[in-house]
Amino acid sequence: MSLVQPVDNLAMLPAYLAAGTAVLVLLVDLLVARPAATVAVAALGATGTAVGAALVGADGTRRTFCVGDDCSWVWGGRAALVGAVIALLTLGVLALSGPLLRAGRTPVGEYCFLLACAMTGGVVLGAAGDLITLIVALETLTLPLYVLVGLRRGSLAGAEAAVTFFVVSVVATTVTLLGAALLYAVTGTLHLDRLGATLAARDDLTGLPLTTVAVALVVAGLAFKVAAVPFHAWAPATYDGAPLPVAAYLSTASKLGGVVALLAVVQRALPGDLTGPVLAALAVLTMTVGNLVALRQRRTVRLLAWSSVAQAGYILAPLGALALTAGRTGDARAAAYAAAVAYALFFVLLELAAFAAVVALRPADGDGGTLADLRGAARRHPWVGGAFALALIGLAGLPPGLAGLFAKVTVVRALLAGHAGWLALVVALNAVIGLAYYLRVTASLYATPAGAAVVRPARTVALALGVATVAAVVIGFAPQLVLDVAAR
Amino acid sequence: MTFGQVLLVAVVAVPALGALAAALLPGDRAGRVVGTVAAGLTLLATLPLVGGEHGWFGYGPRPAVQPWHQIDLRWVPGLDLRFHLGVDGISWPLVVLTALLTLLCCAYTLWRVPPGGGSGRALVALLLVVEVGILGTFLALDLVLFFLFFEVVLLPMYAVIAGWGGADRRRAARKFALYTLFGSVLLLVGVYVVVSAAGTADLVTLTGGAGLSRGTQLAAFTLLALAFAVKSPLWPLHSWLPDAHTQAPTVGSVILAGVLLKMGTYGLIRVAVGVAPEGARWAAPVLGVLAVAAILIGGLVCLAQDDLKRLIAYSSVGHMGFVLLGVATLTATGLQAALIGNIAHGVITGLLFFLAGAVKDRAHTGSLAELSGLRETAPRLAGLLGFAAVASLGLPGLAGFWGEAFAVVAAVRRGGPLWLTLAVLAALGGALTAAYFLRLLRRVTHGRPSPAVAGLAPGLAGAELTAWVPLVLLALAVGLAPALVLSYASGPVEALLGVVP
Repeated sequence: MSLVQPVDNLAMLPAYLAAGTAVLVLLVDLLVARPAATVAVAALGATGTAVGAALVGADGTRRTFCVGDDCSWVWGGRAALVGAVIALLTLGVLALSGPLLRAGRTPVGEYCFLLACAMTGGVVLGAAGDLITLIVALETLTLPLYVLVGLRRGSLAGAEAAVTFFVVSVVATTVTLLGAALLYAVTGTLHLDRLGATLAARDDLTGLPLTTVAVALVVAGLAFKVAAVPFHAWAPATYDGAPLPVAAYLSTASKLGGVVALLAVVQRALPGDLTGPVLAALAVLTMTVGNLVALRQRRTVRLLAWSSVAQAGYILAPLGALALTAGRTGDARAAAYAAAVAYALFFVLLELAAFAAVVALRPADGDGGTLADLRGAARRHPWVGGAFALALIGLAGLPPGLAGLFAKVTVVRALLAGHAGWLALVVALNAVIGLAYYLRVTASLYATPAGAAVVRPARTVALALGVATVAAVVIGFAPQLVLDVAAR
Repeated sequence: MTFGQVLLVAVVAVPALGALAAALLPGDRAGRVVGTVAAGLTLLATLPLVGGEHGWFGYGPRPAVQPWHQIDLRWVPGLDLRFHLGVDGISWPLVVLTALLTLLCCAYTLWRVPPGGGSGRALVALLLVVEVGILGTFLALDLVLFFLFFEVVLLPMYAVIAGWGGADRRRAARKFALYTLFGSVLLLVGVYVVVSAAGTADLVTLTGGAGLSRGTQLAAFTLLALAFAVKSPLWPLHSWLPDAHTQAPTVGSVILAGVLLKMGTYGLIRVAVGVAPEGARWAAPVLGVLAVAAILIGGLVCLAQDDLKRLIAYSSVGHMGFVLLGVATLTATGLQAALIGNIAHGVITGLLFFLAGAVKDRAHTGSLAELSGLRETAPRLAGLLGFAAVASLGLPGLAGFWGEAFAVVAAVRRGGPLWLTLAVLAALGGALTAAYFLRLLRRVTHGRPSPAVAGLAPGLAGAELTAWVPLVLLALAVGLAPALVLSYASGPVEALLGVVP
């Protein structure tokens, strides 16, 4: 056996592109030292990564770093989707960062470099074929964010938020690692598919208390990353303290990363009869608590943060169908995974649009402010306000936000196909609670203005908002596009 | 595409485009005019829909739903959603009524924009979006599409109430939105209970049960009936209605009472009874008891009401109780009564809300205590109010009579102690209706003019007459010739009952 493994470099291309972007940004910042050039390189790199990710995934699955049949790097449809979406979200967040970077309190080179690093983690995450690659990729995605959250000079809130996020996140990673180690102790393997096959084949292993503990630890650790209740407490404080674009990244790309990691282990590695009940409970708690607490929020970003906690519950809900035997048939499982991915896609798009609108309506370098600051915003900026309202209504899941409506429909359909009617009812009733606060924000957008200063939205922010809104409208009328890529 | 298919698409597309144009055109007046023209074109498009193949002749087994026209296009296969529209004798009268009331409301808005801050063209645009949702609901022959259109109505109606309503409008609008969303999420779950069990969302295939197990049918009917009970509304899920109707601007109340409530009763007949007939049979006694409770409680509450709009709003609870009683009997007479009751209530209550709005705009109060002697100062308005009230209390010869009388007849014919008791109680409720409407007339039109009424000018504006006269004529026409509605509905109703066990 040769000690040198052949590496399929084409399969690795998206990761090279993402990592190359990070290095290039650093070099350009060092050598050219012009902020515009740095941002442009980062944007180009993100675009290239998105294109590369989609193209490499187009012609079937490529594997590399294999031991026998088990591969640590699997670039297939799911990886291509995750890579492309993460890269596009990075591009979107870069566009939102225009006013922040021009305000001068944030170092441009470092900011773009860290963002590109996080993107690299996200791109690798989708292709991870074993637990260690998965955890390292997830950590690469979140590690730069600790710094990004606190990067603004002289911002105490930012520093506090960064420390909270750091401590919680490190604990979460440790917990996941411990779980992975215990799984290795039980089964002797770390590759996801091999883990799944071993646990499915040997009932004596699934019955062990150690396996249960390991599964619980892995799921709990990853639940921190998606901010699922009861592992959610860091999210509102962190989002609110972070600069707005970073909060947008946290609640879209970073959350998507957590969801992808959780899906990977649940779908491929862990037995459904162990994860199903845990996920069902997590989903119910997450959406209910998220929605109920969001009702009481008075600060814009905190409200969005709690709402994004609740949305994570909807993403997890289809996986809760695994709790029942009827939900663990092949068809029902496939439908549940596809529904979770589809919901996550609909959600990140609408969430990005919502954050873009907040950035557009707030002064450069400002925080999210209170809901009262947004009063009458739609009367002063009809287009921006309208886009914000559309995003909020979409998050609530009602027409004319058809994208959000179809997202909810997808989840309910998958749950009923898995015979988890009770969970579908919980999702449905939560949509009613959710409407209460989304409606409050939307209504205040159209209230009589209180007479605050008029801010002109930056051009890049308006562009990002426009693109996200148009995309949301398009997939609102053609949701099959999303459902197709999600099922791959 | 055939002419009928073009018409079906036009009925949904024209108001949607009209709404866009009204919202985007520069100039408030121009927007309102364009919106009204779109509403007019929509009404014109609904009328020729009647001229299709009615298909109630011939032999052999026939599907329980035979649309005169239909169009069936792929939309989202991943969610079992097809763009499948069709019209038949159950939906067509409601479609025309919706188009007519929207046109009247848009025309009324040309003349007067209710105060509240919003622009007139935005109001017209929202009314048109509401129309898209209601028409789509009546036309949808795909369960998921039905749900989609059912949801479309919610936020625009919320905006109409919150933007142009009375003093307490925000609370009322929020209550309306949350309550009705509660109903429609149950509808969503119910729809997919059916779809995932049957493997199709096509209403034509599904009507008659489509081989669903009894358990599925019971679960589906419970969810669907609850959803429609919130919309109709059925006591005790009605409490959003009085607030919403009272606080909404005149045109909002007209649309709400006139056609929006019918989405619930139509859904109950077409979807809940059609898709889960066994469930309907099982739940019929409960539905009947609740319907009669609604009639009695609505009547008693109306007797104690002191506000004109609120009284009319509560009267809707009673009237819709009669409609639901008709449905609950699951007999041909009962369903026919429900359908004609729907139309009659739409016409008469629409008119009543227009008149109540006119009284309130003139006298600046809706309190019965501060109104009296209207016939002294504004005899025409008082006369019309008297006509509408008498029509609403079910005088034979006017539209309101048929629905209520035949709902009671259907309950008697159903037989058995339960249904006989219900029939007697419902008839008593009919007497209560007469009592509270006569009380209303005595308080408002008779007596010496109160200070609020004393200064009123006797005339009516041309726009007001334009909006009211069609409704007056329709109330007379449906009252004198109920066959206008019933002749179209009898075939579909027989076919529907043919599949109910």
